[in-house]
Amino acid sequence: MTKHPEPDGPANHDENRRTFLKQSSLFTALALVPGTVVEAAAAKLDERVADAFEKVPLSLKINGVKHKVTVEPRATLLDFLREQLHLTGTKKGCDYGQCGACTVHVDGQRVNSCLSFAVMHDGQEITTIEGLADGDKLHPMQAAFVKHDGFQCGYCTPGQIMSAVACVREGRAGSEGEIREYMSGNICRCGAYANIVAAIQDVKDGGQKV
Amino acid sequence: MKMQEKHIGASMNRVDGHQKVTGAAKYSAEYELPGMSYGVLVGSTIAKGRITGLDTKAAERAPGVLAVVTHLNSPKVPGFKPVGKDPSQPATTGGPLKVFSDNEIRFNDQPIALVVADTLERAKHAARLVRAQYAKEAHQTDMKAAAKDAFLPTSAQKNPKSPMADYQRGAADALQKASLKIEQEYVIPTEMHSPMEMQSITAHWEAPDRLTLYDKTQGTIGTRRDFAREWNLPEENVKVIATFVGGAFGNALHSWPHESAAIIGAKVVNRPLKLMLTREQMFTSVGYRPYTWQKLAMSATPDGKITAISHESIGQTSTYEEFTESTLAQTRMMYQAPSLSTRYRIAALNVGTPIWMRGPGEATGAFALESAMDEMAHLLKLDPLEFRLRNYTDQDPERNRPWSTKYLKECYQMGAERIGWSQRKLEPGAVREGDWLIGYGMGVGTFGAHRGSAHVSAQLLPDGTAVLQCATTDIGPGTGTAMTQIAADALGLPPEKIRFELGQASFPQSGSQGGSSTVNTVGQAVQDACLALKDKLRELAGAGNPAFASAKKEDVALASGYLTLGSNAAARVPLADLTKQPGAALVNVESKPTGNDGQQYSMYSFSVHFAQVAVHVLTGEVRVRKLVSGADAGTIINQKTAANQMKGGAVGGIGMALMEHAVIDDRYGRYVTKDFADYHVPVQADAPAVEVFFVNQPDYHVNALGTKGIGEIATIGVAPAIANAVFNATGKRVRELPITPDKLV
Repeated sequence: MTKHPEPDGPANHDENRRTFLKQSSLFTALALVPGTVVEAAAAKLDERVADAFEKVPLSLKINGVKHKVTVEPRATLLDFLREQLHLTGTKKGCDYGQCGACTVHVDGQRVNSCLSFAVMHDGQEITTIEGLADGDKLHPMQAAFVKHDGFQCGYCTPGQIMSAVACVREGRAGSEGEIREYMSGNICRCGAYANIVAAIQDVKDGGQKV
Repeated sequence: MKMQEKHIGASMNRVDGHQKVTGAAKYSAEYELPGMSYGVLVGSTIAKGRITGLDTKAAERAPGVLAVVTHLNSPKVPGFKPVGKDPSQPATTGGPLKVFSDNEIRFNDQPIALVVADTLERAKHAARLVRAQYAKEAHQTDMKAAAKDAFLPTSAQKNPKSPMADYQRGAADALQKASLKIEQEYVIPTEMHSPMEMQSITAHWEAPDRLTLYDKTQGTIGTRRDFAREWNLPEENVKVIATFVGGAFGNALHSWPHESAAIIGAKVVNRPLKLMLTREQMFTSVGYRPYTWQKLAMSATPDGKITAISHESIGQTSTYEEFTESTLAQTRMMYQAPSLSTRYRIAALNVGTPIWMRGPGEATGAFALESAMDEMAHLLKLDPLEFRLRNYTDQDPERNRPWSTKYLKECYQMGAERIGWSQRKLEPGAVREGDWLIGYGMGVGTFGAHRGSAHVSAQLLPDGTAVLQCATTDIGPGTGTAMTQIAADALGLPPEKIRFELGQASFPQSGSQGGSSTVNTVGQAVQDACLALKDKLRELAGAGNPAFASAKKEDVALASGYLTLGSNAAARVPLADLTKQPGAALVNVESKPTGNDGQQYSMYSFSVHFAQVAVHVLTGEVRVRKLVSGADAGTIINQKTAANQMKGGAVGGIGMALMEHAVIDDRYGRYVTKDFADYHVPVQADAPAVEVFFVNQPDYHVNALGTKGIGEIATIGVAPAIANAVFNATGKRVRELPITPDKLV
């Protein structure tokens, strides 16, 4: 698992910094000519200036696929996945890290993608619900959720499954009580909790590789 | 006609399970359209008054902003009728909020501006730059103060036969004369539906008079009607798509201001517009279970026969819409009380309008009734189950007619065995395990077995697949799966050969998914459509084969690619021949109740919930150790999804009993509970093992399938079961929910 950008990628940190400095200088120069800039701004030209600042190059691997993109620094990983990459399997349920619907794996760890910015993941490897199955073959946890009906409306489900996989990997699926504790960051308002526990236990007890 | 039931009742996996576990299921903010724009709402910071100034310049100039829509520049929405001019609304209220149509503020966080930008981040940033000035007026958000101005809903003022009107049977003075009686007040605070998917809409004007909405709604037809009306468009020009709905529990049964706002915004920028409410906004403008005050008095004979009940209730509503619910319905029909009165009122506050939340008013009413039953049993020194049996009704005491079916006694017995009711001690506080006090409680639920009208189309395709379509939605119960099972049995095809398509207003119409009525209504329409399709195939086969022309439709079967006759093994026609001509093997059926069963019988689903709780003696923490939920809900179409729904309803009941409480700071008229850190819903660690059982006896008075409905009774009666168990454990009676530790220590 690489924590650093690919050596041949354009998301070279030095290069990024140079681009940024260039943009900053341009902005400073413009700022020194107040009259025209104000007029330009009034004519909405400030958008173009701002545009440059709102795009940061980012290189990361998502579900095994390398992406070289530019993002707004204030875009959360969640919004970046959903709105820019159209990976809408990762859900927004609160945007505060309270519900777990946005859970993804970052370098193998479960995280609430609404609580981190996309730019913080340069060079990292992200797995979303879309990347869990092996082609048409469901991941054992996905299959167990279907078998045990571990959902109703399905909206919290991707987050539940990503958390459930991590829960087993973390060695925290030893008992019903332990599963309930370590899955309490994922709210299911439909209340399919018991079935979610059954699915996790089934996978854990089945001994399949997760 | 009795079908051969191979799939009905089976624990089939969900037909959309694969989509839900792979992230392929698309919810309303997940459609990709070219030129998408993003809308973010700005809410008022006062609860009542007028906007006197709006500064949107900074927002308009912010990068990427396409428009800032406010009441000052909003295009006129032709269907926004002034107060008093809309015949469908009480003259004094005015109906649903007409967003951006005036400068009046009716509740805190009312949308005052919509900022539209080319990215979500830019829209969010610009929304923070909008500034408003107000002329503030004194608001009222405190129900305790507003209750004195409570009034009879207009619907009941106009119609004395309305279920919201005052009700009286037997002797009006029975309670006064009684010596053995109780009288108590019960309160349920405001509760939020809090579905995991926040309300979202993608609005797209495909032409100046053609609108497409990907919208979170429980009723595509109702949503289409509402927005076609707002924009004065023919209904066929409005498409509504809600293929997947991320939970709702009632809060998508109404059209809300953000939907109107998104449609206006999309019109202004002439681009598709996506709007997802924030979690805070979910607390202010998409409904809630109303705060409800109740007073219940009951008298009984020393041997445990109820002689009289009076039950009054005041629920909250908004100042611009009158919301009502059936808080008192269960009291009127559940027990054999010869004298009984109910009185329902509402009080208007400066808040958004409530909307039915799972189990709606019945769950609220059941908290008072079932708590009072427990209180009276305690007074009589009777087992609460025995007390209920002594007042069991073999016919509906409200309408004096028989039940269509009622297996509640069987539920009592089955549930009592499963929870270990015999362990329960009559005296509270008698069982202690270390620092925990153990108690048992029960609560009963009921909800009308409603069946409406639905249309379903069914078509056999050349590849042998039957495609059924209906505008109904699936907010989580597994509608598509249940319908597939019903169709598989009706057509005699394997479920893999059935495709049930739902969630679009352009499909044959049905009512909204609510009131536990979908399987009763749409399920029957599916069965009827499948039978009609079989008859259509018989008719098509009859054109070339006289054996089919004269055959009875019951005799026709689909088997291994052929249409066959049970009575004539030689007669068979390849299905491929019948589907050659496009559209030939297609029927469109309307199904609705016929005959007068609805007048002859009272039709209800029933449930009973038994709880075992442990209460910590020092901290007052309540743990629900076990719940047993049983239902007399008629035929169960899918054991697995039905049991899941029952378990989920029980979890909802735990939230209601122990944690859910939306709190307004009355000084500002603003919710202080605005996310899951403040508004607690049950998490995995709060959910106990829930044991579910079904009587599974069909009720053919409701429909030919024999179904009665599950969704509401799964929740109704759970909260009092827990409250009663807490009393049994501790001797403390909590009459104001939720039962938080401070009320027990």
